[in-house]
Amino acid sequence: MNWFKFSSPQTFYPLAGRLIPVFWVLAVVLAVAGLYIGFFVAPTDFQQGDAYRIIFIHVPAAWMSMFIYLVMAGWAALGLVLNTRLSSMMASALAPTGALMTFIALWTGSFWGRPTWGTWWVWDARLTSELILLFLYIGFMALHASIDEPRRADKAAAILAIVGVVNVPIIYFSVKWWNTLHQGASVSLTRAPSMATTMLLGMLVMAIAFWMYSIAAALSRVRSIILERERNSAWIGQLQESR
Amino acid sequence: MQWGSVGEFFSMGGYAEYVWGAFGVTLVLMVGEVVVLGRRHAAALRDARRLARAGGPR
Repeated sequence: MNWFKFSSPQTFYPLAGRLIPVFWVLAVVLAVAGLYIGFFVAPTDFQQGDAYRIIFIHVPAAWMSMFIYLVMAGWAALGLVLNTRLSSMMASALAPTGALMTFIALWTGSFWGRPTWGTWWVWDARLTSELILLFLYIGFMALHASIDEPRRADKAAAILAIVGVVNVPIIYFSVKWWNTLHQGASVSLTRAPSMATTMLLGMLVMAIAFWMYSIAAALSRVRSIILERERNSAWIGQLQESR
Repeated sequence: MQWGSVGEFFSMGGYAEYVWGAFGVTLVLMVGEVVVLGRRHAAALRDARRLARAGGPR
């Protein structure tokens, strides 16, 4: 199978159309399972009571906000280096969903901070760097939108995205590098997680649900971008008979 | 299962406004994104069709 075939918008458009429903179904099924575990199986926390249940959306959203940024910058860089249209379109398609995940991480963090820390917001390293991530996403979209010629917009936005990558390890390691109000990582690759198994399970299932959601959203958006940007191509005209 | 009643579940051990404020806004935003995505695709398809009818590719 020649995978490079799918690097053209024309062949990718119908492929994405077939994949999207699969990812939506996975997202919904996993979210229902994750919420069930989170609300009905996981016990009440002995310190934070039921306020801790915000973790089941806060951590998945925060993980996705960083992960989507890396994937977005990767696609943008690929589009810059190989001059492939679809790569740049993928980067543009990921940005709004990444921004949404960042906003959700900040919003739910605020609603968790109020009952546990006594404040909605604090300018500590973790929160500030996550807010900068939101500005990077918004900056990427604004810069792209401000340049009329799409390929030039792709290139300018790609540079912004690549430079912004430096912020992701800053977010991730901020709780280690600085003395933050935000707690350290509960889950890491190098040691056993510091939380109950059912809590961890609920969080991981929700994280995969958010992942599937993000893939479905990005694929859906890239299809719209393909239609908007390739509307003068012959294949778009031929598309009309089928769907 | 730690909830004695439906009311107990919704009161979230006294943290209802925080837990539901976080989950509610997340749900609204995600459903909102799906709606926006659907509309954008429908509009893009409509425009592409109109262009194709108007004489195909320029």
